[in-house]
Amino acid sequence: MALTNQYIQEKLTEKFGETVSNFQEIYGMLTFEAPKEANLKVLQYLYDEETLQFQFMTDLCAVHYPEKVGAELAVVYHLHNLVENVRIRFKVFTSVATPDVFTASQLFSAANWMERETYDFYGVNFVGHPNLKRILNVDEMDYFPLRKEFPLEDQTRIDKDDEMFGRG
Amino acid sequence: MDQHIKLPEGSIEKQTTTLNLGPTHPATHGVFQNILELDGERIVSAEQTVGYIHRAFEKLAERRPLYQITPITDRLNYCSSPINNMGWHMTCEKLMKIQTPKRVDYLRVIIMELARISDHLICNSIVGVDTGAYTGFLYVMQYRELIYEIYEEICGSRLTTNIGRVGGFERNFNATAFEKLEKFLREYPKVLKEFENLFTRNRIFMDRLIGTGAISAERALNYGFTGPNLRAAGVDYDVRVHSPYSSYEDFDFTVPVGNTGDNYDRFLVRNQEMWQSLSIIEQAYQKVQAFKGAEAEVYHAEVPEFYLPKKEDVYTKMEALIWHFKIIMGETAIPKGEVYHSVEGGNGELGFYFISDGGRTPYRLHFRRPSFIYYQAYSELTKNAMLSDAIITMSSLNLIAGELDA
Repeated sequence: MALTNQYIQEKLTEKFGETVSNFQEIYGMLTFEAPKEANLKVLQYLYDEETLQFQFMTDLCAVHYPEKVGAELAVVYHLHNLVENVRIRFKVFTSVATPDVFTASQLFSAANWMERETYDFYGVNFVGHPNLKRILNVDEMDYFPLRKEFPLEDQTRIDKDDEMFGRG
Repeated sequence: MDQHIKLPEGSIEKQTTTLNLGPTHPATHGVFQNILELDGERIVSAEQTVGYIHRAFEKLAERRPLYQITPITDRLNYCSSPINNMGWHMTCEKLMKIQTPKRVDYLRVIIMELARISDHLICNSIVGVDTGAYTGFLYVMQYRELIYEIYEEICGSRLTTNIGRVGGFERNFNATAFEKLEKFLREYPKVLKEFENLFTRNRIFMDRLIGTGAISAERALNYGFTGPNLRAAGVDYDVRVHSPYSSYEDFDFTVPVGNTGDNYDRFLVRNQEMWQSLSIIEQAYQKVQAFKGAEAEVYHAEVPEFYLPKKEDVYTKMEALIWHFKIIMGETAIPKGEVYHSVEGGNGELGFYFISDGGRTPYRLHFRRPSFIYYQAYSELTKNAMLSDAIITMSSLNLIAGELDA
């Protein structure tokens, strides 16, 4: 039997009940959320459960939503069941004040550097990570550059005049 | 420890040597630093430092309209930029639900497979250089040159191609492009055969590669390996087969796999893949030639709101001018949504995670860079290996600094 999104959703709700929520099918990929305390339990269940077998971590990254107060940072996992060829997306939200999320690096070795990268750019503190330090930026950096409070110059700004280009 | 030289007590605190390999070392082929702990010539531990050419692409992308992001993707894996460009365009097309015509798909396949050949060619010949055989590298370079000339006919540039647009290509392939492609299809098999003769059963080469830098299939999967490196370990995962894009389902090809996951298998898998790519290009070229009449002129989808119009039309036609203005000024909003799309890049699954909030630029764009993910296995791969083998392992993993550091 092919592994369908509906089946995955049923299995997850059966196991975790109300904890996993907001099931959506975005461009064919099942997307759902869980509280950040449950992230490892969900990942482990997806990994171990005989009919699910999501044993390949494709991607891990974070997204910053400054307007979502109390849940500003989203950590997004992309998992792949290579046998059935099904991908799912799993999100946990955390506040920017206490950005502690459990590390998945014990389960997936691939998560090690991806978590370091996420920490580097968004400051998500992966609890239990063996070597959580900056990876792409310099060690001395004291901010998290991909957060939205550090915008690049807006290309559509119109308050520039010729003086700014030495032509005034 | 029985040492022949009597040293004063306490003059050597540790029995190992620390060696900084890189960041700019001729043998690393890129800006990589490894802090190695050596016991004689054996590596006790390796710590990789990455990020020397980090350029904050993900941040840059948050302020750029779609067509300005294409040049960023060039600079990820710059040995096969067309694959990155097209992966990006296909991600946009997936988000906007654009259907590309079959001819566009086939032309894309031709370009992507040429890029794959040039990527594998570099990687495999560099493995040769690192084992002491420079000839192969020099010999195949002229065919990479021919591939670059084909790019040049289509988009005008060679290394950082910025090829194609959302919806298709910027112009139709001209006769010279097809001529050069025919020349490539005619001459390259012989060259590849010779390249294989030079290396594959070469005793010295085999002795250097077999059994070094090996990884088991389980570890490779756990480390998130993709592409030729994973296939060399015996897992037949290929994005072109598992989630076909750009009409790859229309082509007949096999996915070569190895079984030991060592440097030699990686070399063999890449060589086999070049043969498969050649056959795909031949099939695609036949399919392209089968289009007749008006169909043979199609090189882009009809999506005026995202496809930049021809320059001469912009100067002469009102409609084209309006669209041009709207696209350049970023007035055509991208639909809201989030999408993950991946293509089989030169060294693995290259993914684009694109979140749009309906504005003119992506809200968030994340690149899944295969070499960033599998480079973390390097310390495990080189543990207890000889220093000289570690160099080969590094080049046979096909690490591209631009992609690694994004």
